[in-house]
Amino acid sequence: MYQNQNLQQNQPMLNSQQLKKDFPILSRVINGKKLTYLDNASTSQKPQSVISAITDYYTNHNANIHRAVYTIAQEATLAYESTREAVKDFINARSAEEIIFTRNTTESINLVAYAYAATTLKPGDSVMVSALEHHSNLVPWQEVCRKTGATLKVIPLSGDPELRYTLDFEWFQKNIDASVKILAITQASNTTGTIVPVEKFIEVARAHGAKVLIDGAQSVPHMPVDVQQLDCDFLAFSSHKMLGPTGVGALYAKKELLETMPPFLFGGDMIREVHQQEATWNDLPWKFEAGTPNIADVIAFQEAIKYLRAIGMQEIAEHDQELAHYAKQQLEAIPQIIIHAPKNAKQMTGIISFEIPGVHPHDIAEIFNSDNIAIRGGHHCAQPLMETLNIPATARMSFYIYNTQEDIDTAIEAIKKVIKIFSPKK
Amino acid sequence: MDMYAENILDHFQNPRHKGTLSAATISVEEVNPLCGDKLSLDLIIENGSIKDMAFSGSGCAISQASMSMVAEELNGKSLEEAEKLSKDTIYELLGVPISPARVKCAILSYALLKKSLILLKHQS
Repeated sequence: MYQNQNLQQNQPMLNSQQLKKDFPILSRVINGKKLTYLDNASTSQKPQSVISAITDYYTNHNANIHRAVYTIAQEATLAYESTREAVKDFINARSAEEIIFTRNTTESINLVAYAYAATTLKPGDSVMVSALEHHSNLVPWQEVCRKTGATLKVIPLSGDPELRYTLDFEWFQKNIDASVKILAITQASNTTGTIVPVEKFIEVARAHGAKVLIDGAQSVPHMPVDVQQLDCDFLAFSSHKMLGPTGVGALYAKKELLETMPPFLFGGDMIREVHQQEATWNDLPWKFEAGTPNIADVIAFQEAIKYLRAIGMQEIAEHDQELAHYAKQQLEAIPQIIIHAPKNAKQMTGIISFEIPGVHPHDIAEIFNSDNIAIRGGHHCAQPLMETLNIPATARMSFYIYNTQEDIDTAIEAIKKVIKIFSPKK
Repeated sequence: MDMYAENILDHFQNPRHKGTLSAATISVEEVNPLCGDKLSLDLIIENGSIKDMAFSGSGCAISQASMSMVAEELNGKSLEEAEKLSKDTIYELLGVPISPARVKCAILSYALLKKSLILLKHQS
Protein backbone atom coordinates (compact mmCIF):
# COMPACT_ATOMS: atom_id res chain seq x y z
CA MET A 1 0.00 0.00 0.00
CA TYR A 2 1.08 3.57 -0.72
CA GLN A 3 2.92 5.36 2.07
CA ASN A 4 2.77 9.12 2.37
CA GLN A 5 6.36 10.16 1.76
CA ASN A 6 6.11 13.48 3.46
CA LEU A 7 4.18 12.76 6.58
CA GLN A 8 6.50 11.68 9.34
CA GLN A 9 4.98 10.25 12.49
CA ASN A 10 5.00 12.64 15.44
CA GLN A 11 6.76 15.42 13.61
CA PRO A 12 7.27 18.32 16.01
CA MET A 13 5.56 20.94 13.89
CA LEU A 14 3.09 20.91 11.08
CA ASN A 15 5.12 21.55 7.93
CA SER A 16 2.54 22.56 5.34
CA GLN A 17 5.06 23.03 2.56
CA GLN A 18 6.15 19.39 3.06
CA LEU A 19 2.57 18.11 3.36
CA LYS A 20 1.56 19.73 0.05
CA LYS A 21 3.61 17.03 -1.71
CA ASP A 22 1.23 14.32 -0.47
CA PHE A 23 -1.66 15.99 -2.36
CA PRO A 24 -1.25 15.44 -6.11
CA ILE A 25 -3.83 18.08 -7.09
CA LEU A 26 -1.84 20.82 -5.36
CA SER A 27 0.88 20.54 -8.01
CA ARG A 28 -1.61 20.98 -10.83
CA VAL A 29 -0.74 23.97 -13.01
CA ILE A 30 -3.50 25.79 -14.92
CA ASN A 31 -2.59 28.61 -17.33
CA GLY A 32 0.96 28.53 -15.99
CA LYS A 33 -0.10 28.98 -12.38
CA LYS A 34 -0.02 26.48 -9.54
CA LEU A 35 -3.29 25.81 -7.74
CA THR A 36 -3.76 27.82 -4.54
CA TYR A 37 -6.63 26.00 -2.86
CA LEU A 38 -8.45 28.11 -0.27
CA ASP A 39 -11.93 26.54 -0.31
CA ASN A 40 -11.46 23.88 2.36
CA ALA A 41 -14.70 24.72 4.16
CA SER A 42 -16.39 23.50 1.00
CA THR A 43 -14.31 20.35 0.58
CA SER A 44 -10.72 19.38 1.34
CA GLN A 45 -8.18 17.91 -1.05
CA LYS A 46 -7.13 14.26 -0.76
CA PRO A 47 -3.70 12.82 -0.01
CA GLN A 48 -2.28 10.08 -2.24
CA SER A 49 -2.91 7.46 0.50
CA VAL A 50 -6.68 8.12 0.32
CA ILE A 51 -6.72 8.07 -3.49
CA SER A 52 -4.68 4.83 -3.50
CA ALA A 53 -6.97 3.16 -0.96
CA ILE A 54 -9.93 3.56 -3.35
CA THR A 55 -7.96 2.00 -6.22
CA ASP A 56 -6.67 -0.74 -3.92
CA TYR A 57 -10.17 -1.71 -2.85
CA TYR A 58 -11.48 -1.95 -6.42
CA THR A 59 -8.28 -3.65 -7.64
CA ASN A 60 -7.89 -6.25 -4.89
CA HIS A 61 -10.87 -6.52 -2.52
CA ASN A 62 -14.07 -5.51 -4.34
CA ALA A 63 -16.98 -7.49 -2.85
CA ASN A 64 -20.18 -6.74 -1.01
CA ILE A 65 -19.89 -6.72 2.76
CA HIS A 66 -21.53 -8.43 5.76
CA ARG A 67 -22.82 -11.52 3.93
CA ALA A 68 -20.51 -13.60 1.73
CA VAL A 69 -18.03 -16.14 3.12
CA TYR A 70 -15.36 -15.88 0.44
CA THR A 71 -12.02 -14.24 1.18
CA ILE A 72 -12.33 -10.91 -0.62
CA ALA A 73 -15.76 -10.30 0.95
CA GLN A 74 -14.30 -10.94 4.36
CA GLU A 75 -11.45 -8.55 3.61
CA ALA A 76 -13.87 -5.85 2.43
CA THR A 77 -16.07 -6.33 5.52
CA LEU A 78 -13.08 -6.15 7.82
CA ALA A 79 -11.76 -2.98 6.16
CA TYR A 80 -15.20 -1.33 6.22
CA GLU A 81 -15.79 -2.15 9.88
CA SER A 82 -12.27 -1.12 10.86
CA THR A 83 -13.05 2.40 9.55
CA ARG A 84 -15.93 2.44 12.00
CA GLU A 85 -13.46 1.61 14.78
CA ALA A 86 -11.17 4.39 13.52
CA VAL A 87 -14.03 6.92 13.56
CA LYS A 88 -15.03 5.76 17.03
CA ASP A 89 -11.48 6.31 18.31
CA PHE A 90 -11.15 9.62 16.45
CA ILE A 91 -14.10 11.22 18.30
CA ASN A 92 -13.75 9.02 21.41
CA ALA A 93 -17.16 7.33 21.25
CA ARG A 94 -17.81 4.54 23.75
CA SER A 95 -18.37 1.87 21.13
CA ALA A 96 -18.39 1.38 17.35
CA GLU A 97 -22.15 0.68 17.60
CA GLU A 98 -22.56 4.41 18.08
CA ILE A 99 -21.09 5.23 14.64
CA ILE A 100 -23.39 5.17 11.60
CA PHE A 101 -22.17 5.77 8.09
CA THR A 102 -24.29 8.06 5.91
CA ARG A 103 -23.66 9.99 2.68
CA ASN A 104 -22.76 13.30 4.30
CA THR A 105 -23.44 15.63 7.24
CA THR A 106 -26.82 16.58 5.76
CA GLU A 107 -27.96 12.96 5.70
CA SER A 108 -26.67 12.42 9.25
CA ILE A 109 -28.79 15.35 10.45
CA ASN A 110 -31.79 14.12 8.44
CA LEU A 111 -31.45 10.71 10.07
CA VAL A 112 -31.84 12.33 13.49
CA ALA A 113 -34.61 14.64 12.26
CA TYR A 114 -36.68 11.77 10.83
CA ALA A 115 -35.85 8.81 13.08
CA TYR A 116 -35.65 10.71 16.36
CA ALA A 117 -37.29 14.15 16.18
CA ALA A 118 -40.23 13.40 13.89
CA THR A 119 -41.16 10.34 16.00
CA THR A 120 -40.97 12.08 19.39
CA LEU A 121 -41.90 15.78 18.97
CA LYS A 122 -45.42 17.01 19.72
CA PRO A 123 -47.22 20.34 19.31
CA GLY A 124 -45.98 22.61 22.10
CA ASP A 125 -42.44 21.22 21.91
CA SER A 126 -39.61 23.24 20.36
CA VAL A 127 -36.39 22.71 18.47
CA MET A 128 -33.67 25.31 18.98
CA VAL A 129 -31.03 26.12 16.36
CA SER A 130 -28.70 29.12 16.04
CA ALA A 131 -28.36 32.07 13.68
CA LEU A 132 -25.06 30.61 12.44
CA GLU A 133 -26.46 27.40 10.96
CA HIS A 134 -25.73 26.07 7.48
CA HIS A 135 -28.93 25.19 5.61
CA SER A 136 -28.20 21.52 6.40
CA ASN A 137 -28.78 22.12 10.11
CA LEU A 138 -31.79 24.35 9.57
CA VAL A 139 -34.02 23.09 6.77
CA PRO A 140 -34.45 19.52 8.22
CA TRP A 141 -35.65 21.11 11.48
CA GLN A 142 -38.02 23.46 9.63
CA GLU A 143 -39.55 20.37 8.02
CA VAL A 144 -39.75 18.39 11.26
CA CYS A 145 -41.43 21.32 13.01
CA ARG A 146 -43.94 21.64 10.16
CA LYS A 147 -44.74 17.92 10.36
CA THR A 148 -45.00 17.66 14.15
CA GLY A 149 -46.43 21.07 15.07
CA ALA A 150 -43.33 21.89 17.11
CA THR A 151 -41.87 25.43 17.15
CA LEU A 152 -38.48 26.38 15.71
CA LYS A 153 -36.50 28.82 17.89
CA VAL A 154 -33.30 30.55 16.84
CA ILE A 155 -30.46 31.66 19.13
CA PRO A 156 -29.53 35.14 17.78
CA LEU A 157 -26.12 36.70 17.27
CA SER A 158 -24.79 38.77 20.13
CA GLY A 159 -25.63 42.49 20.00
CA ASP A 160 -22.41 43.34 21.87
CA PRO A 161 -19.98 44.94 19.36
CA GLU A 162 -17.07 43.18 21.12
CA LEU A 163 -18.78 39.83 20.54
CA ARG A 164 -19.90 40.34 16.92
CA TYR A 165 -20.47 37.14 14.92
CA THR A 166 -20.74 35.05 18.10
CA LEU A 167 -23.95 33.64 19.60
CA ASP A 168 -25.88 35.39 22.36
CA PHE A 169 -25.34 32.95 25.22
CA GLU A 170 -27.37 35.07 27.66
CA TRP A 171 -30.37 34.96 25.31
CA PHE A 172 -29.99 31.20 25.18
CA GLN A 173 -29.89 30.87 28.97
CA LYS A 174 -32.99 33.05 29.31
CA ASN A 175 -35.00 31.39 26.57
CA ILE A 176 -34.33 27.69 26.96
CA ASP A 177 -37.05 25.88 28.86
CA ALA A 178 -38.58 22.43 29.20
CA SER A 179 -40.39 22.82 25.86
CA VAL A 180 -37.04 22.67 24.03
CA LYS A 181 -36.56 18.98 23.27
CA ILE A 182 -33.71 19.34 20.79
CA LEU A 183 -30.84 21.81 20.52
CA ALA A 184 -29.22 21.50 17.06
CA ILE A 185 -26.19 23.74 16.88
CA THR A 186 -23.02 24.14 14.87
CA GLN A 187 -19.61 23.90 16.52
CA ALA A 188 -18.00 26.15 13.90
CA SER A 189 -19.70 28.46 11.39
CA ASN A 190 -18.88 27.78 7.75
CA THR A 191 -19.35 31.48 6.96
CA THR A 192 -17.91 33.61 9.77
CA GLY A 193 -15.56 30.90 11.07
CA THR A 194 -16.94 31.45 14.58
CA ILE A 195 -16.13 28.62 16.98
CA VAL A 196 -19.19 28.07 19.19
CA PRO A 197 -18.31 27.03 22.76
CA VAL A 198 -20.77 24.14 22.50
CA GLU A 199 -19.80 22.65 25.87
CA LYS A 200 -21.46 25.64 27.60
CA PHE A 201 -24.61 25.26 25.49
CA ILE A 202 -24.73 21.48 26.03
CA GLU A 203 -24.50 21.84 29.80
CA VAL A 204 -27.43 24.28 29.94
CA ALA A 205 -29.48 22.28 27.41
CA ARG A 206 -29.02 19.05 29.35
CA ALA A 207 -30.09 20.76 32.58
CA HIS A 208 -33.39 21.51 30.81
CA GLY A 209 -33.74 17.97 29.50
CA ALA A 210 -33.04 18.76 25.82
CA LYS A 211 -31.14 16.39 23.55
CA VAL A 212 -28.24 18.02 21.70
CA LEU A 213 -27.09 17.54 18.12
CA ILE A 214 -23.75 19.10 17.16
CA ASP A 215 -23.13 19.95 13.51
CA GLY A 216 -19.45 19.06 13.36
CA ALA A 217 -18.97 19.55 9.60
CA GLN A 218 -16.51 22.42 10.17
CA SER A 219 -15.17 21.39 13.58
CA VAL A 220 -14.35 17.67 13.42
CA PRO A 221 -11.86 18.20 10.53
CA HIS A 222 -10.18 21.11 12.26
CA MET A 223 -9.98 20.54 16.04
CA PRO A 224 -10.04 17.78 18.65
CA VAL A 225 -13.65 16.71 19.26
CA ASP A 226 -14.39 14.26 22.08
CA VAL A 227 -18.04 13.21 22.28
CA GLN A 228 -17.73 11.84 25.82
CA GLN A 229 -16.18 15.05 27.05
CA LEU A 230 -18.83 17.14 25.25
CA ASP A 231 -21.61 14.78 26.35
CA CYS A 232 -23.62 15.58 23.19
CA ASP A 233 -26.31 13.13 22.05
CA PHE A 234 -25.57 13.38 18.33
CA LEU A 235 -22.60 14.56 16.26
CA ALA A 236 -22.79 14.83 12.47
CA PHE A 237 -19.83 15.28 10.11
CA SER A 238 -18.49 14.46 6.63
CA SER A 239 -15.43 12.60 5.40
CA HIS A 240 -14.82 14.87 2.43
CA LYS A 241 -14.00 17.95 4.50
CA MET A 242 -11.31 15.99 6.40
CA LEU A 243 -9.17 14.61 3.56
CA GLY A 244 -11.49 11.67 2.89
CA PRO A 245 -13.66 10.86 -0.13
CA THR A 246 -17.03 12.45 -0.90
CA GLY A 247 -20.14 10.34 -0.38
CA VAL A 248 -19.32 9.37 3.21
CA GLY A 249 -20.75 11.03 6.29
CA ALA A 250 -20.83 9.87 9.87
CA LEU A 251 -23.35 10.17 12.64
CA TYR A 252 -22.38 9.60 16.24
CA ALA A 253 -25.36 8.93 18.50
CA LYS A 254 -25.60 7.67 22.05
CA LYS A 255 -26.39 3.97 22.04
CA GLU A 256 -29.39 4.28 24.36
CA LEU A 257 -30.99 6.73 21.89
CA LEU A 258 -30.22 4.60 18.83
CA GLU A 259 -31.86 1.63 20.55
CA THR A 260 -35.14 3.50 20.96
CA MET A 261 -35.13 5.03 17.48
CA PRO A 262 -36.89 3.33 14.55
CA PRO A 263 -34.81 2.84 11.38
CA PHE A 264 -34.43 5.78 8.98
CA LEU A 265 -34.31 3.86 5.67
CA PHE A 266 -35.68 0.37 5.11
CA GLY A 267 -34.50 -2.51 2.92
CA GLY A 268 -31.48 -4.78 2.67
CA ASP A 269 -28.81 -5.20 5.35
CA MET A 270 -30.79 -3.34 8.03
CA ILE A 271 -32.98 -6.37 8.83
CA ARG A 272 -32.68 -9.40 11.07
CA GLU A 273 -35.61 -11.47 9.79
CA VAL A 274 -38.03 -10.72 7.00
CA HIS A 275 -41.41 -12.42 6.53
CA GLN A 276 -43.93 -11.71 3.82
CA GLN A 277 -45.83 -9.16 5.93
CA GLU A 278 -43.29 -7.92 8.47
CA ALA A 279 -39.65 -7.67 9.41
CA THR A 280 -37.39 -7.19 12.43
CA TRP A 281 -34.36 -4.96 12.58
CA ASN A 282 -30.66 -5.70 12.61
CA ASP A 283 -28.40 -4.83 15.56
CA LEU A 284 -26.73 -1.46 15.95
CA PRO A 285 -25.31 0.20 13.98
CA TRP A 286 -26.47 -1.74 10.88
CA LYS A 287 -30.13 -1.08 11.69
CA PHE A 288 -29.42 2.41 10.33
CA GLU A 289 -27.44 1.41 7.22
CA ALA A 290 -29.91 0.14 4.63
CA GLY A 291 -28.66 -1.21 1.31
CA THR A 292 -25.11 -1.62 0.02
CA PRO A 293 -23.14 1.26 1.49
CA ASN A 294 -20.33 3.29 -0.10
CA ILE A 295 -17.78 0.57 0.71
CA ALA A 296 -14.76 1.90 -1.21
CA ASP A 297 -15.04 5.43 0.13
CA VAL A 298 -15.68 4.34 3.72
CA ILE A 299 -12.53 2.20 3.52
CA ALA A 300 -10.52 5.11 2.09
CA PHE A 301 -11.89 7.40 4.83
CA GLN A 302 -9.79 5.41 7.28
CA GLU A 303 -6.62 6.57 5.50
CA ALA A 304 -7.76 10.18 5.96
CA ILE A 305 -8.24 9.62 9.69
CA LYS A 306 -4.79 8.01 9.92
CA TYR A 307 -3.28 11.00 8.15
CA LEU A 308 -4.93 13.52 10.49
CA ARG A 309 -4.05 11.55 13.60
CA ALA A 310 -0.39 11.32 12.56
CA ILE A 311 -0.28 15.12 12.54
CA GLY A 312 -2.46 15.59 15.61
CA MET A 313 -5.75 17.48 15.82
CA GLN A 314 -4.43 20.03 18.32
CA GLU A 315 -1.59 20.90 15.91
CA ILE A 316 -4.10 21.22 13.08
CA ALA A 317 -6.37 23.48 15.15
CA GLU A 318 -3.46 25.77 15.98
CA HIS A 319 -2.21 25.81 12.39
CA ASP A 320 -5.62 26.68 10.91
CA GLN A 321 -6.22 29.33 13.55
CA GLU A 322 -2.79 30.89 12.97
CA LEU A 323 -3.47 31.11 9.23
CA ALA A 324 -6.90 32.69 9.81
CA HIS A 325 -5.29 35.17 12.19
CA TYR A 326 -2.57 35.98 9.65
CA ALA A 327 -5.16 36.37 6.87
CA LYS A 328 -7.21 38.67 9.09
CA GLN A 329 -4.19 40.88 9.78
CA GLN A 330 -3.37 41.10 6.08
CA LEU A 331 -6.99 41.93 5.20
CA GLU A 332 -7.19 44.55 7.95
CA ALA A 333 -4.24 46.32 6.33
CA ILE A 334 -6.36 46.98 3.22
CA PRO A 335 -8.66 49.90 4.07
CA GLN A 336 -11.46 49.05 1.59
CA ILE A 337 -12.14 45.62 3.06
CA ILE A 338 -14.93 44.67 5.45
CA ILE A 339 -14.19 41.50 7.42
CA HIS A 340 -16.98 39.31 8.80
CA ALA A 341 -15.13 37.47 11.56
CA PRO A 342 -15.17 37.45 15.36
CA LYS A 343 -12.87 40.02 16.97
CA ASN A 344 -11.08 37.51 19.16
CA ALA A 345 -8.82 35.23 17.09
CA LYS A 346 -9.37 32.47 19.68
CA GLN A 347 -13.02 32.31 18.58
CA MET A 348 -12.08 31.66 14.93
CA THR A 349 -11.46 28.50 13.00
CA GLY A 350 -9.56 28.54 9.68
CA ILE A 351 -12.30 30.41 7.80
CA ILE A 352 -12.49 34.11 6.95
CA SER A 353 -15.27 35.95 5.11
CA PHE A 354 -14.86 39.42 3.66
CA GLU A 355 -16.38 42.00 1.33
CA ILE A 356 -14.97 44.62 -0.99
CA PRO A 357 -17.66 47.32 -1.26
CA GLY A 358 -18.69 47.86 -4.87
CA VAL A 359 -17.51 44.43 -5.98
CA HIS A 360 -19.76 41.39 -5.90
CA PRO A 361 -18.10 38.32 -4.29
CA HIS A 362 -18.57 36.35 -7.52
CA ASP A 363 -16.46 38.89 -9.35
CA ILE A 364 -13.82 38.62 -6.61
CA ALA A 365 -13.81 34.82 -6.98
CA GLU A 366 -13.64 35.13 -10.77
CA ILE A 367 -10.55 37.35 -10.65
CA PHE A 368 -8.97 35.01 -8.08
CA ASN A 369 -9.61 32.15 -10.51
CA SER A 370 -7.68 33.93 -13.23
CA ASP A 371 -4.64 33.40 -10.95
CA ASN A 372 -5.72 29.80 -10.21
CA ILE A 373 -6.72 30.65 -6.63
CA ALA A 374 -9.84 28.80 -5.45
CA ILE A 375 -12.08 30.75 -3.06
CA ARG A 376 -15.86 30.93 -2.67
CA GLY A 377 -18.17 33.84 -3.30
CA GLY A 378 -21.81 33.53 -2.34
CA HIS A 379 -24.16 32.95 0.56
CA HIS A 380 -22.33 29.76 1.66
CA CYS A 381 -25.63 27.91 2.19
CA ALA A 382 -26.40 30.26 5.07
CA GLN A 383 -28.99 32.61 3.58
CA PRO A 384 -30.68 33.44 6.93
CA LEU A 385 -27.28 34.46 8.35
CA MET A 386 -26.71 36.71 5.31
CA GLU A 387 -30.12 38.28 5.95
CA THR A 388 -29.24 38.86 9.61
CA LEU A 389 -25.96 40.49 8.65
CA ASN A 390 -27.80 42.39 5.89
CA ILE A 391 -25.33 41.40 3.16
CA PRO A 392 -26.13 39.59 -0.10
CA ALA A 393 -22.99 37.47 -0.10
CA THR A 394 -19.36 37.32 1.00
CA ALA A 395 -16.05 36.12 -0.39
CA ARG A 396 -14.59 33.36 1.76
CA MET A 397 -11.12 31.89 2.19
CA SER A 398 -10.77 28.70 4.24
CA PHE A 399 -7.57 26.94 5.22
CA TYR A 400 -6.30 23.48 5.99
CA ILE A 401 -3.13 21.59 6.83
CA TYR A 402 -1.44 22.13 3.45
CA ASN A 403 -2.01 25.90 3.33
CA THR A 404 0.85 28.28 4.05
CA GLN A 405 1.28 32.00 4.72
CA GLU A 406 2.52 32.24 1.12
CA ASP A 407 -0.90 31.01 -0.06
CA ILE A 408 -2.47 33.89 1.84
CA ASP A 409 0.08 36.35 0.41
CA THR A 410 -0.91 35.13 -3.06
CA ALA A 411 -4.57 35.77 -2.20
CA ILE A 412 -3.80 39.25 -0.88
CA GLU A 413 -2.08 40.10 -4.18
CA ALA A 414 -5.24 38.95 -5.99
CA ILE A 415 -7.37 41.19 -3.75
CA LYS A 416 -5.19 44.16 -4.70
CA LYS A 417 -5.77 43.24 -8.34
CA VAL A 418 -9.56 43.15 -7.78
CA ILE A 419 -9.48 46.58 -6.16
CA LYS A 420 -7.42 47.94 -9.04
CA ILE A 421 -9.72 46.51 -11.73
CA PHE A 422 -12.82 47.85 -10.01
CA SER A 423 -11.42 51.24 -9.03
CA PRO A 424 -13.56 54.03 -10.57
CA LYS A 425 -12.22 55.11 -13.96
CA LYS A 426 -11.88 58.81 -14.76
CA MET B 1 -9.53 38.35 -16.61
CA ASP B 2 -10.81 39.19 -20.08
CA MET B 3 -14.25 39.14 -18.51
CA TYR B 4 -13.63 42.50 -16.85
CA ALA B 5 -13.14 44.47 -20.04
CA GLU B 6 -13.56 48.24 -20.03
CA ASN B 7 -17.12 48.16 -21.43
CA ILE B 8 -18.29 45.71 -18.74
CA LEU B 9 -16.82 47.79 -15.93
CA ASP B 10 -18.19 50.98 -17.50
CA HIS B 11 -21.74 49.61 -17.63
CA PHE B 12 -21.39 48.13 -14.11
CA GLN B 13 -20.12 51.34 -12.55
CA ASN B 14 -22.17 53.74 -14.68
CA PRO B 15 -25.34 51.77 -15.41
CA ARG B 16 -27.67 53.18 -18.11
CA HIS B 17 -31.39 53.44 -17.36
CA LYS B 18 -30.93 52.62 -13.69
CA GLY B 19 -33.91 53.47 -11.51
CA THR B 20 -37.64 52.81 -11.36
CA LEU B 21 -40.61 54.12 -13.37
CA SER B 22 -43.75 54.90 -11.38
CA ALA B 23 -45.89 54.94 -14.54
CA ALA B 24 -44.62 51.56 -15.74
CA THR B 25 -46.91 49.52 -18.00
CA ILE B 26 -45.26 46.40 -16.65
CA SER B 27 -42.80 45.56 -13.86
CA VAL B 28 -40.98 42.24 -13.44
CA GLU B 29 -38.39 40.76 -11.06
CA GLU B 30 -35.88 37.92 -11.35
CA VAL B 31 -33.21 36.46 -9.09
CA ASN B 32 -30.25 34.22 -9.75
CA PRO B 33 -30.22 32.13 -6.55
CA LEU B 34 -26.73 30.88 -7.35
CA CYS B 35 -25.07 34.28 -7.03
CA GLY B 36 -27.74 36.27 -5.31
CA ASP B 37 -28.05 38.57 -8.33
CA LYS B 38 -31.34 40.49 -8.25
CA LEU B 39 -32.91 42.54 -11.00
CA SER B 40 -36.21 44.30 -11.52
CA LEU B 41 -37.30 45.94 -14.73
CA ASP B 42 -39.95 48.59 -15.43
CA LEU B 43 -41.22 49.20 -18.98
CA ILE B 44 -43.47 51.94 -20.36
CA ILE B 45 -45.08 50.72 -23.57
CA GLU B 46 -46.78 53.10 -26.01
CA ASN B 47 -48.02 52.23 -29.52
CA GLY B 48 -46.18 48.92 -29.54
CA SER B 49 -42.85 50.48 -28.60
CA ILE B 50 -40.71 50.71 -25.49
CA LYS B 51 -41.10 54.39 -24.66
CA ASP B 52 -38.95 54.13 -21.55
CA MET B 53 -37.34 51.47 -19.42
CA ALA B 54 -35.48 51.36 -16.11
CA PHE B 55 -33.91 48.63 -14.02
CA SER B 56 -32.80 48.30 -10.43
CA GLY B 57 -31.09 45.59 -8.47
CA SER B 58 -27.74 44.36 -7.26
CA GLY B 59 -25.33 41.62 -8.15
CA CYS B 60 -22.15 40.79 -9.98
CA ALA B 61 -20.64 42.97 -12.69
CA ILE B 62 -21.75 40.60 -15.46
CA SER B 63 -25.44 40.51 -14.48
CA GLN B 64 -25.65 44.27 -13.96
CA ALA B 65 -23.65 45.24 -17.06
CA SER B 66 -25.71 42.84 -19.17
CA MET B 67 -28.96 44.48 -17.99
CA SER B 68 -27.58 47.96 -18.59
CA MET B 69 -26.52 47.01 -22.13
CA VAL B 70 -29.88 45.44 -22.92
CA ALA B 71 -31.67 48.56 -21.65
CA GLU B 72 -29.47 50.79 -23.78
CA GLU B 73 -30.03 48.56 -26.80
CA LEU B 74 -33.83 48.33 -26.53
CA ASN B 75 -34.93 51.71 -25.21
CA GLY B 76 -37.15 53.34 -27.85
CA LYS B 77 -37.34 50.18 -29.96
CA SER B 78 -40.50 48.34 -30.98
CA LEU B 79 -41.75 45.28 -29.11
CA GLU B 80 -41.13 43.32 -32.30
CA GLU B 81 -37.45 44.20 -32.10
CA ALA B 82 -37.40 43.37 -28.40
CA GLU B 83 -38.83 39.92 -29.24
CA LYS B 84 -35.93 39.34 -31.61
CA LEU B 85 -33.30 39.89 -28.91
CA SER B 86 -31.69 36.50 -28.30
CA LYS B 87 -29.15 35.12 -25.83
CA ASP B 88 -26.56 35.45 -28.58
CA THR B 89 -27.34 39.17 -28.87
CA ILE B 90 -26.48 39.48 -25.19
CA TYR B 91 -23.19 37.62 -25.58
CA GLU B 92 -22.39 39.93 -28.51
CA LEU B 93 -23.22 43.02 -26.46
CA LEU B 94 -21.05 41.79 -23.58
CA GLY B 95 -18.25 41.00 -26.03
CA VAL B 96 -16.22 39.00 -23.47
CA PRO B 97 -15.89 35.24 -22.95
CA ILE B 98 -18.50 34.00 -20.45
CA SER B 99 -17.50 30.85 -18.56
CA PRO B 100 -20.23 28.20 -17.99
CA ALA B 101 -20.36 29.14 -14.31
CA ARG B 102 -21.33 32.71 -15.25
CA VAL B 103 -23.93 32.03 -17.98
CA LYS B 104 -26.79 32.51 -15.50
CA CYS B 105 -25.41 35.93 -14.53
CA ALA B 106 -25.04 36.97 -18.17
CA ILE B 107 -28.56 36.01 -19.24
CA LEU B 108 -30.50 37.13 -16.17
CA SER B 109 -31.34 40.29 -18.15
CA TYR B 110 -32.66 38.07 -20.97
CA ALA B 111 -34.87 36.12 -18.55
CA LEU B 112 -36.26 39.40 -17.24
CA LEU B 113 -36.98 40.76 -20.70
CA LYS B 114 -38.70 37.54 -21.84
CA LYS B 115 -40.80 37.47 -18.69
CA SER B 116 -41.97 41.04 -19.27
CA LEU B 117 -42.82 40.36 -22.93
CA ILE B 118 -44.86 37.27 -22.02
CA LEU B 119 -46.76 39.17 -19.33
CA LEU B 120 -47.43 42.01 -21.77
CA LYS B 121 -49.01 39.57 -24.22
CA HIS B 122 -51.26 38.23 -21.46
CA GLN B 123 -52.29 41.76 -20.52
CA SER B 124 -53.36 42.73 -24.01
